[in-house]
Amino acid sequence: MSQTFQAKIYVTLRPSVLDPAGTAVQAGLQHMGYHNVDQVRIGKYVELTLTAPDETQAHNQLDQICDQLLANPVIENYRIELNPVLA
Amino acid sequence: MKFGILVFPGSNCDRDVAMVTRDLLQQPTRMVWHEESDLSDVDVVIVPGGFSYGDYLRCGAIARFSPAMQATIRHAEQGGLVLGICNGFQVLTEAGLLPGALMRNRDLHFICDRVPVRVEQTHLPFTQQYQPAEVITLPIAHGEGCYYADADTLAELEANGQVVFRYCEANGGVSERANPNGSLNNIAGICNRRGNVLGMMPHPERASDAALGSTDGLRMFQSVLSALVGQA
Repeated sequence: MSQTFQAKIYVTLRPSVLDPAGTAVQAGLQHMGYHNVDQVRIGKYVELTLTAPDETQAHNQLDQICDQLLANPVIENYRIELNPVLA
Repeated sequence: MKFGILVFPGSNCDRDVAMVTRDLLQQPTRMVWHEESDLSDVDVVIVPGGFSYGDYLRCGAIARFSPAMQATIRHAEQGGLVLGICNGFQVLTEAGLLPGALMRNRDLHFICDRVPVRVEQTHLPFTQQYQPAEVITLPIAHGEGCYYADADTLAELEANGQVVFRYCEANGGVSERANPNGSLNNIAGICNRRGNVLGMMPHPERASDAALGSTDGLRMFQSVLSALVGQA
């Protein structure tokens, strides 16, 4: 019996990687007067649904999907939030 | 010998490369659609510039999984020559044929310019017609050409002589001022350990016809030709 899950995947640049777009947005915010803003980092957000026998297997498959395509492990980290979709 | 030029939806330098290999060098050249999976007739695979699959997700990320790229990976594993130019370089890093990644330019601009580049390795089949440390001028046109690799990978690339092209001053000096996009160590092009796969952001095919103002890039294609014909 397989179950449907919704996944929310956050892909972010690794801390060691410079983010020129984040730096530009931060400079923009500071120009607007938000001087208390710091550490702006821009990432990607992916939503998808998948079916799997259980949450562990869904998570394992999502790890593969992220490692192979959704994130580039050379420069990015990812975090997965997984929730069952109630029928 | 035959050149094969991959064509993805969104490639836009494929025909420029064919103009060099087919028209200027008079060599058999086959355009390889991304859905093709047989490259056995091809000696040199060129992954051209452009915006493969719209550069969606990340530059080169989706192209990597195309049948033509899977065949290119097998071609490289067998020792065949692979040249990735601009978006082609991004595809080769995503495919794991070359280490590191290409990121958004330091100053966020899309850069379209001609820049001096120093040839660091002249023993490769791609570069044997250049002089050691020769400074050539090549066009660049990219928004995501900032080469990044972690410190260990970078040290390994330098130690193994895998940095093939470096952005430099007109006199060959490597400086931050001469670095157009923020690439680590001014890297403009690298090869794999074996030396049969080369990726570069500058466009040698756009500096091959004298009518366009420079033939500095033509020697790269001539190098490949003489390297392979010499072997045969």
